[in-house]
This record gives sequence, structure tokens and C-alpha cells, in this order.
Amino acid sequence: MRKLFKALAVTALAVTASFSVAKAEGYPDRPISVMVSYGAGGATDFQARIVTMMSGNEELLGQPMVIINKPGAGGRVGWNWLATEADADGYTLGVYNIPHFIAQSIEGGVKYSADSFEPIANWGTDPAVVIVPKDSPYNTIQELIDYAKANPGKVTLSGAGLFVGHHIAALQIEKAADVKLAYIPTKGGGAAAMKAVIAGEVTGGINNLSDAYRAREAGNVKILAIADDERDKDFLPDVPTLKESGYDVDDSSVNFRGIMARKGTPPEVIEKLAKAVPEMFAHKNVAAQMKAGGSPIKIMNREEVAKMWADRQTYLAELLKDLKK
Amino acid sequence: MEFLGYFGGVFEPVAFMLLLGGTIGGLILGATPGLSPTMAVALLIPFTFQLEPTQGLILLGAAYTSTVAGGAVSAILLKIPGAPANIATALDGHEMARKGQGAKALHMSFMASGVGGVLGVLLLIFLTPLLAKWALAFGPSHLFWMAILGVTVIGSLDSRSFVKGLLSGCLGFWLSMIGYDDIQGAQRFIFHDALTGGINIIAALIGIFAIPQVIEMFAKGRVPSSISSLNVERQSLMASLRETFMYKRALAIGTVCGSIIGLIPGVGGQIAGLLAYDQSRKFSPDRDKFGTGHPEGVIAAESANNAMVGPSLVPLLTLSIPGSPTAAVLLGGLLIHGIFPGTDLFDNHPQVAWTFINSMLIGQILMVVFGIWISGWAARVSKVPTPIMAGAVLVLSLFGSYSIQQSMGDVYIMLVLGLGMYLLEKFGFSAAPLVLGLILGPIAEANFIQGSMIANAGDGLIDYFLTGTLNLFLIAMVLASMAYSFWATMIHEPRVAASRAAQTKAEAAE
Repeated sequence: MRKLFKALAVTALAVTASFSVAKAEGYPDRPISVMVSYGAGGATDFQARIVTMMSGNEELLGQPMVIINKPGAGGRVGWNWLATEADADGYTLGVYNIPHFIAQSIEGGVKYSADSFEPIANWGTDPAVVIVPKDSPYNTIQELIDYAKANPGKVTLSGAGLFVGHHIAALQIEKAADVKLAYIPTKGGGAAAMKAVIAGEVTGGINNLSDAYRAREAGNVKILAIADDERDKDFLPDVPTLKESGYDVDDSSVNFRGIMARKGTPPEVIEKLAKAVPEMFAHKNVAAQMKAGGSPIKIMNREEVAKMWADRQTYLAELLKDLKK
Repeated sequence: MEFLGYFGGVFEPVAFMLLLGGTIGGLILGATPGLSPTMAVALLIPFTFQLEPTQGLILLGAAYTSTVAGGAVSAILLKIPGAPANIATALDGHEMARKGQGAKALHMSFMASGVGGVLGVLLLIFLTPLLAKWALAFGPSHLFWMAILGVTVIGSLDSRSFVKGLLSGCLGFWLSMIGYDDIQGAQRFIFHDALTGGINIIAALIGIFAIPQVIEMFAKGRVPSSISSLNVERQSLMASLRETFMYKRALAIGTVCGSIIGLIPGVGGQIAGLLAYDQSRKFSPDRDKFGTGHPEGVIAAESANNAMVGPSLVPLLTLSIPGSPTAAVLLGGLLIHGIFPGTDLFDNHPQVAWTFINSMLIGQILMVVFGIWISGWAARVSKVPTPIMAGAVLVLSLFGSYSIQQSMGDVYIMLVLGLGMYLLEKFGFSAAPLVLGLILGPIAEANFIQGSMIANAGDGLIDYFLTGTLNLFLIAMVLASMAYSFWATMIHEPRVAASRAAQTKAEAAE
């Protein structure tokens, strides 16, 4: 009986193995689902819809990519699903947000870590910026930090939740400037955090570059600093980085967005995706739409993304260590 | 009067076809259980890639308007509210359908939607700059008191028992705490994977409203079809029109509640319908008829949820802050065409802004026309024999809750809540207070915690929550609402009951 089982198991394995090889050859022969772990209408969803729109082109993947939203618990619902329930056949991919999912896996209570996924390619970055209402007395980041130093815990900064880029940036500023800030996480993402700033409910806020840029265009906020290694030449050439301003904050809070697959996806499929997806992101139609929406593009290939993930993993583990105590 | 100059754009052939298509499509999508207005608009976004900005927005605006109204169809005929906005519609609307007055209920709901909708858009046109300020005035402390104001009507939403209403409200509160808490980073009551993201409100609505009646229908067993199917009364349009405008008070209360609440970012239309329903009952002489298929209930709820559409776009169009999930999707639709809401929109793209707003005005009217056109034969749904109806509602519930985010987890949640609600109903608890608790819980909690974090960094809790005109005004409303409930349950009702008892006694004695 046991022998029979073994034989059956081996046959089954062989069958599935040959099946997956066969699948990889013609891949993709049907539409590909791309899971976004945030709701429809958010920045991640909106950008994912733009960057995947050329997927159906013959010279790219030849099959359309369909966005499915699995929002909830700051992205945890979607990534849990991708790591444990999605088919690892290349027909179900996911969008990653760094540093969110890595920070969440360090915080614990989720079923994924950086090892649960295979990076494919990165399409964009959205650095965090420090903003204040337009009629705020603070015109530079130094003025704000100096006030915070004189009044520990009195400066309230809104952001889109816990263990997201905004939160990381706030933690980094606290550490670099050795000051105590009151970080106010909002429910309802960056939009709610932005509203709190515009309405003057908080001293200031940390928000996405793209949203802050639009709010500044509309004359509602001032942007004091950008939490990145370099200034943003396209949208905010006049805004200094935190580093220039004398606070040692690097690009660890920058929100990287890209596509990943579940671990166990056949290597041939990953190879094909790793080649085609960056080309798709680089398509001129995509670039035009992204620029129109005020969303910075940064295309990175699979190797670059893998390295970026590893760097973030090390850095965030260190930064969040103190917080968990 | 600037907007008048842009009416031409709405009637350009392509634009008008899109408006028509969006309205009809929206009505159908809205009537499909599980497809909320947000989902419907998100589904249409890819179609707008190829269109001119104005045309794309017309399509999205039309779909938004008509899905909100279309949700009334399933709420009335199947007792499955398509979105939180339609909960209150189901309360009296479905009772009317069960009496064979489905066509009348649908007519009235579309007419009321039209009245509320048109007035809401007019507010958007004429008072936008003023309203934008008002929308920003609501900070965490005010939203907290708003939610508490909502809580005070929980008890009175259940017309049968005040205490049981409060109890099911508490249960709703507890359910709303399940899941990951974004503000404190705690994972609460997650004893199954399906609960990580908390309870999806639409899945909950489907389960709580539809499943108990499915069980009820199955429990009846086989009865001769002649008994179980309904006589559907034919309803003349003129009669509906006359009757709708007879209930001026309900229309006015609905429209006012809807437009005010629609403005407040973060509260949105979810509670507009329920609050309007409750208020119009309190002011109605036929208070006792609510919940038994009274047209006023339908009119108040539907005028409120469409009145909210226009004002809910104010924060989006002027400040680029989406006040509701649907507005967030619309923001995406604007950005894709490189248009930033805010001063840029009205100064540099007035043809886009005003054509869009005008199209929503025309869209409201088209929505009423087509809504009434479909209600005639949609009402015949009630003729379907009970066993088949039960099966169909069950299938729609399963399909609807799965399609929210392609997740079996939502289906389990829907079924469990449905079964639970069936048992609770057996003990005399009702669904509406529970749902209101589920909706208000997160609003009250998140804003209280956020507010207290801000307060602790500033002037302290008492100063933050208990001072300021708006805070005091809201607190006064809360107290008034509580005093009214107390008066109604402890003093007024026993007296009415006593006099009625005395009357029957006297009659018996004669």
C-alpha cells in the first residue's frame, strides 16, 4: 500500500512538474491578474493601472494585466493572500510597496517576509515629504525642528498609518534630530492625513510627494523637505532634502512600487517577466500618463530590486528594533 | 452663473451618449448586489483612458449618480442593500414590495433620488467655495461627536424595543473592532484569516439583511405557488408623482441631512440615509407606520443618499481631498488626464469642471426617467414563487459578497453574520441598529484616538473635545437627541399605550 502511494505521489509530482514546464513555455496564454493590496482610487492602485495598461501589446507580454484590489489592514490582507493563497504560476502577480511590507513583516503578525516573494521590477518611487499648512509660521524644516526641540512632543505630524513610509520617515527624523514628535497616524490613508494638514488640525504632516505636489500647486500647503537622497528635479527642484538641511535621513522611507510574484513561481516565467515588465514600464504612453498624474517614475530591474529589498530589510530591522521594545 | 455657458458640452453627441450609457449601466451595476458605487466607478476608469478628459468624467459622474440610486432596486425588491447608502431604503421599501407595492416604492425612490440629487448638485454649483470651508471645519473632535450623534439614534432605529436596539448597536460596535487597527497597530479578535482586514461592510450588509429572509423563505417549505407569490399592484406614474410630493417633510429632511452629511469628509453617505430616515420618523405624525412599509421612509432615505452625491464632491474638486472612497476613484479619473482638482481645475479647465458638474445635473434627470422605466417590470420580481426567490437571493448574496474583492473570506463573513442575524431576529433584535453600530464604531473610535493624540500634544483632552462652537453645537444636538429618545420611550409611549389600553377597556365595557 505504501509503495502504491509512493508511486502515485511520484507520478503526480512528475505530472505537475511537466505541466508547469508546459505552462511556462506558452506563458502567458491568458490574462494575468495583478493584486494591489490597497483600495481602488489610491495612489498605488492608480499607478498600477497606468503602468500595466500596455501589457497586452504583442511585443511585450501579449496578454492584458488585470488589477484586482484586496485592501485591508494597511496592505496586510493582500500580501498575506499573495504569500499563502495565490497560485505560484505567474498568472497571479502582486504589487509591492516598500518599505511597508518589509516593515510589517519585521513588526510581526503577518504570514510574509521579503523571502515570500520574487521581485520582478520596480516602476516608481514616491518619496515622503514634510509639509505644513500654507499659513503655518514655519518656512523651513530647521524652524520646525527647532520648535520641536524646544517643545518636545508638541509638534503633531499626520501620516498615512503605522509602519508605512510616512511613519518610517517620522521615526528617522526623530532619531536624526534627536527630537520628540507626535506622529498621528490616520485611518483612510494619505488623503485623510493631507486633509488634517490643510485644515490645520496638526502642526504638519508627512505625505507622498505626488499628493503634496498637487496640494502645493493648489496653494494649500508648504513643502519643507524631502526624505530622499537627492532633490526631485521634475516636480520639486526647490525643495531641499533632509540631508542638505542637516538631518541624517536617507531614502529608506521612499515608497517604492513595483511588481512581484509569489515564491515558487517557475524560473522561466520569472525570467520572462523580468525582461518584459521593465520594458512595459518604459513604454512612452506609460511615461506620459504617469507624468500627467504627477507620479515620479523609477524603473529598476529584478537584480536592482532584490538588492534594494535586502538593504531595506537590514536597515528597517535596526530602526524598528528600538520601537518594538 | 458661469456654469450655464457649459451646458452645450453635455449635449455633444459623444458626451451625451456616454452620459446615457453611464446612467443606464450605473443603474444596472447599482442594482447588482455587491457592486457598490465605488466598485462601479473603479471598473469604468480603464474605459476613460481613451476618452477626452471631459467625456471620461461625464461617464464616471453619471455612473456615480445612478449606482447610488440603482442600489435602491435590490434594497427594495430583494432586501439586499447594494451599498451602505441604501440600508434605510430597505427598511420600509422591502416591506412595501412585500405588500405588492414594489412598483410604487421604486417610483418613489427614484423620484426622491432625483429631487435630492438635483438639489445636491445645485448646492455644488452655487455654494462650492463656502462649502469647502465648512468641509474643512470638521476635525477629529467634531467627527467624534458626529458619530456619537449617530449613536444616539441607534436605540430609536428599532421601532419595537429601545433596549434591544441599543444591544444590537453594541454588537455592531464590537464587530467593527475586529481586524487590524491602523492607528494603534493592534490586531484585534482575529481568530480566522478572513478577519485580518476587519469585516467588510458590504459583505456584512448582504449577510445581515439577505440571509435571514432567505432562511425564513426556505423554512416556509413548499406552499402552493398561488399563495406564496404576490399580487403586484400596477402603479400609475401620476399617482406616484403626486404621492411623492405629498411627503414634502420627508423630502426636505432627506435632502438637508444628505447634503450636510455628504459634505463631511470621512463620514460621507454611509450614514446619511439612516440619519435622514430616523429624523423624518421623529418629525412624522405617522411615526408608528415606519418599518411597516411606509412611503415616507423610502423617500427620506433615497433623497438623502442622492443629495449627498453633489456636496461629497466639494472637498475633492476644491481641495483635492477625496471625502469618500468613490471620490478617491474619481480623483484617479481626473489625474489620469493630468487635471489636478483645486483652483487649477476651475481656473484653467473650466470646460472640464463645469461640463462635468452640468452632466451630473442632467444625469440626475436621466436617472429618474430610466429608473422609473425599469421599475415597472423590475417590480414583477416579487411575483417569483418564494422557493425560487429564496434560491435566487442566496445565489446573488454569495456572488455579490465574493465579487467585492474576489475573496472567499468575505463569503464566510457574510454567511456567519447572516446566520447570527437570523437567530438574533428570532429574539426580537433588528438589523438596522447593528449595521449602524458597525458603521459608526470605526468613525467614533479612530477620531477619538486621533483627537486625543493631538490633544495630548496640545491643550489637553477637555479643551480639545469640549470647547469651540462646533463641538458645543454637536454636543447640544447629542443631548437633545438623547432627551428626545428618553422622553419618547419613558414618558410618551407608556402614556399612549395607557390611553389606548383605557380606550379598549372602555370599548369592551360598552
